[in-house]
Amino acid sequence: MTAHLPILQILIPLMAAPLCVVFRHRDIAWIIVLLVSLISFAISIMILDQVLTQGVISYFMGDWPAPWGIEFRIDAVNAYILLIVSAIGAIVAFYGRHSVTREVPRDLIYLFYTAFLLCLTGLLGMTATGDAFNLFVFLEISSLSTYAMISLGKDRRALTASYQYLIMGTLGATFYVIGLGLLYMMTGTLNIVDLHAKLLDMDGSIRTLQAALAFLTVGLSLKLALFPLHLWLPNAYTYAPSSVTAFLAATATKVAVYVMLRVFFTIFGVDILEETGLAPILMTLAISGMFVASTVAIFQNNMKRLLAYSSVAQIGYIMLGISFLNVTGVSAGIVHLLNHAVMKCAAFLAMGCFMYRVGSVRIEDLHGIGKKMPWTMAAFVVAGLSLIGVPLTVGFISKWYLIQAAMEAEMMPIALLILLSSLLAVVYVWRFIEVAYFKEPANPSLKIKEAPLSMLIPLWIMAGASIYFGVDTDMTLGVAQLAAEMLVGGAP
Amino acid sequence: MSMELSIILAMAIPAVGAVLIALSGRMANLRETITLMTAIALFLNVLNLLGPVLDGERPEVHLLDMFPGLAIAFKVEPLGMMFSLIASGLWILNSIYSIGYMRGNKEKHQTRFYICFAIAISATLGLAYSANLLTLFIFYEVLTFSTYPLVSHKGNEAAVKGARTYLGILVTTSVAFLFFAIAWTYSATGTLDFVDGGILGGKVEGPLMGLLLMLFIYGIGKAAVMPVHRWLPAAMVAPTPVSALLHAVAVVKSGVFTVVKVIVYTFGIDNLVTSGSADWLVYVSGFTIIAASMVALRQDNLKRRLAYSTISQLSYVVLAAAILTPISAVGAALHIAAHAFGKITLFFAAGSIYTAAHKTEVSQLNGIGWKMPITMTAFAIGALSMIGLPPTAGFVSKWYIIQGAMSSENFVALGVVILSTLLNAGYFLPIIYAAFFRQAEPKGTHDHGGHHDNHGEAPLPIVIAITSTATLTILMFFFPDVALELAQQMIGGIQ
Repeated sequence: MTAHLPILQILIPLMAAPLCVVFRHRDIAWIIVLLVSLISFAISIMILDQVLTQGVISYFMGDWPAPWGIEFRIDAVNAYILLIVSAIGAIVAFYGRHSVTREVPRDLIYLFYTAFLLCLTGLLGMTATGDAFNLFVFLEISSLSTYAMISLGKDRRALTASYQYLIMGTLGATFYVIGLGLLYMMTGTLNIVDLHAKLLDMDGSIRTLQAALAFLTVGLSLKLALFPLHLWLPNAYTYAPSSVTAFLAATATKVAVYVMLRVFFTIFGVDILEETGLAPILMTLAISGMFVASTVAIFQNNMKRLLAYSSVAQIGYIMLGISFLNVTGVSAGIVHLLNHAVMKCAAFLAMGCFMYRVGSVRIEDLHGIGKKMPWTMAAFVVAGLSLIGVPLTVGFISKWYLIQAAMEAEMMPIALLILLSSLLAVVYVWRFIEVAYFKEPANPSLKIKEAPLSMLIPLWIMAGASIYFGVDTDMTLGVAQLAAEMLVGGAP
Repeated sequence: MSMELSIILAMAIPAVGAVLIALSGRMANLRETITLMTAIALFLNVLNLLGPVLDGERPEVHLLDMFPGLAIAFKVEPLGMMFSLIASGLWILNSIYSIGYMRGNKEKHQTRFYICFAIAISATLGLAYSANLLTLFIFYEVLTFSTYPLVSHKGNEAAVKGARTYLGILVTTSVAFLFFAIAWTYSATGTLDFVDGGILGGKVEGPLMGLLLMLFIYGIGKAAVMPVHRWLPAAMVAPTPVSALLHAVAVVKSGVFTVVKVIVYTFGIDNLVTSGSADWLVYVSGFTIIAASMVALRQDNLKRRLAYSTISQLSYVVLAAAILTPISAVGAALHIAAHAFGKITLFFAAGSIYTAAHKTEVSQLNGIGWKMPITMTAFAIGALSMIGLPPTAGFVSKWYIIQGAMSSENFVALGVVILSTLLNAGYFLPIIYAAFFRQAEPKGTHDHGGHHDNHGEAPLPIVIAITSTATLTILMFFFPDVALELAQQMIGGIQ
């Protein structure tokens, strides 16, 4: 049984998805989702334990040995990503009961949950697999189901948002396959570890290799919304149902970053990356994203859109860390990946609470909301302080590490740029906090109650986590350090 | 009780107090009792540390490692001991005062007020006992954010705008400069601990040392060295107890306290003397002293005049530290205490006048001394201390600063101190004169006239508080022993 955990992790949500369609009932579907996501979470804990005690798990699908068959390969890096994805999945599933009922047309709710399970399957699969082509398959599973989930938002613009994402996402996936095809042409293998071994003695000046890296980078940058390839993200996050936004913001882009790390460091390795001169390009894009997206966020009137732009900026921080190509930088990127998942999830869950009670997340509709929904608003303040990077929140940890990485790379001006861009976060966060607490509501007769407990509890779990991991950093920093050493150190 | 426990309790008592205040929010009397008991418990707890510290002990607590090799840790050294004593002691008096003020003015959201106040005090004590720059920075930021709701307390447009300036300047400077300076220090030295003699000596090259110091000085926005002083007048929109304890004592003193700590324990006095990196600081702080006094002269709003006086007095501490002699460093430490007693008295008086007479402008104070004799006598004592006349606390600290300037033949500093003393007299003495020797204007000649003119002294809690702080201002002149001993121990440590 325990030997089959890696496949069960993927198989259970995959098999449960059609069940939702069979029952066609929203409550049963919700119960299935909740159970499955909890089981998934439990499995990911067991896998992590197994990895930490026994080392890397290598699981051959159908007993076909790698590199011919598909291998699931789980080491400390992706064991943690699995844990995060399934944990967020469980929290959002619990939270979704009320939120989804409000934001998705009633008769389509069971389909929504089906898509949710497929998306979870895809994300977990992308994380667990050790086969680059299999990864593409899971990427498509998660992408397609995401398009469906976004389109289920009640606002009609959700459809165009979904369509926009579909086009961009497909472009990204295509680029990924083209890049992979080029690699396959050169090496004749699709297994990640095998690819690494075959590429080891190749020279970074080979044209095909450069083209492959370029295609893979652009394709994945589209998925993880690296500026300026982020255009699909603001609309998708704004018009998707809130639980979807929270789930995607915390998992989808993060898994894409994980895949990029794998491609960069496990497949190509630091040497080739340095020879191709990719890092300065990424660094420039990351920093531009930090400033441009944060500035755009300041001028948004829809909170979900504001936070979406903030996400683009925060992805800039993650990529900036990675572009240093040293252990401190990559661990800064990874630690921000974990931290940003936590805080952005909390922020979007708070938006879901507003959506549930007020029916809108436009700033002018949320005047004075701090008095009516004090607990929700307080949780948002915690998330907001994290986004700014105030000490005792996770954001501070990320910022400190990023700056240390910049100092270590002897790039002082970049350290200063990181700090300056984080000041923009103060502006966009405080703009909302001020009106939420000090403006009188536009329609004071409207009776607005605090969000139900079933939403507040998941919200506060995430808000609490963004404080907890801002103080006790043993786990997050430990993981990031370990992962960065494995990746940059070149050990597959 | 072990000293390690006392250190933790110094932060825990006000934090727990904040929770209890929140729980008792509906019952005003119970809530205020809790505030007072918390303040008293905290002071006794801090007092418990004083004896051992005077005997030369430096108790430490290592809480947890935030980053590998970088801990949240505390260590009580003499300057922090003094600062914590002042902050916790004056919190008791300020709490008594708050009861009179908040009820007298029927302020709203009093529970939130007391909660945030307790958190701010907790952060102040954490800052005072920080064993390294990381810990200090954490509490510095917590202090900024926890005082935001206090500044914006009234919730009207002016308050929100003032609070925005307050937060904007403090956060911008601390993130862009202070954080950067700390990260730079860490990457240059590999440590952030406060060490006798400093850690930066020989680690940073020539002019960069001056640049780093500049990042620190302007990063510590709470020290209000011009031109990053604008947040302090903006913060005057807060209720007066906030202006009194936080923006005359806890917050601003956190700023100059940090400056002194950084100069003494991070750069090291000897290092700065040999490298000459701090010479510019004398001019910058000297300019702030004079310029802020000039602005104060022209303010008609009493609280704003006091705020500019605070900016000027804060730079005394920075100037004293920048003179870089042991004796002026003692002056810097003493001035932290002396200014605290004097300025809280002045703010208490301003709030007392506002509560009893609803007057906020200096030009309205003619003849008020006979209606509010206790308040205005206390005001006079506070003002004398600001000018630096005996028998008040201000004389003691100014004496040491002048000694330091003389011994290092720093005539710029000397000139600044003398000139500013005249300016201080120029903007405080007319108030005292008007209050006691001018006739009140006849009724109905100005907007605030009418029924407010028939007032007496402020409510009893206010009178108790103001009398106590005025007495402390005088007592420090006659019994400066404890403060002096602590200040000299701080210097003893670096020689």
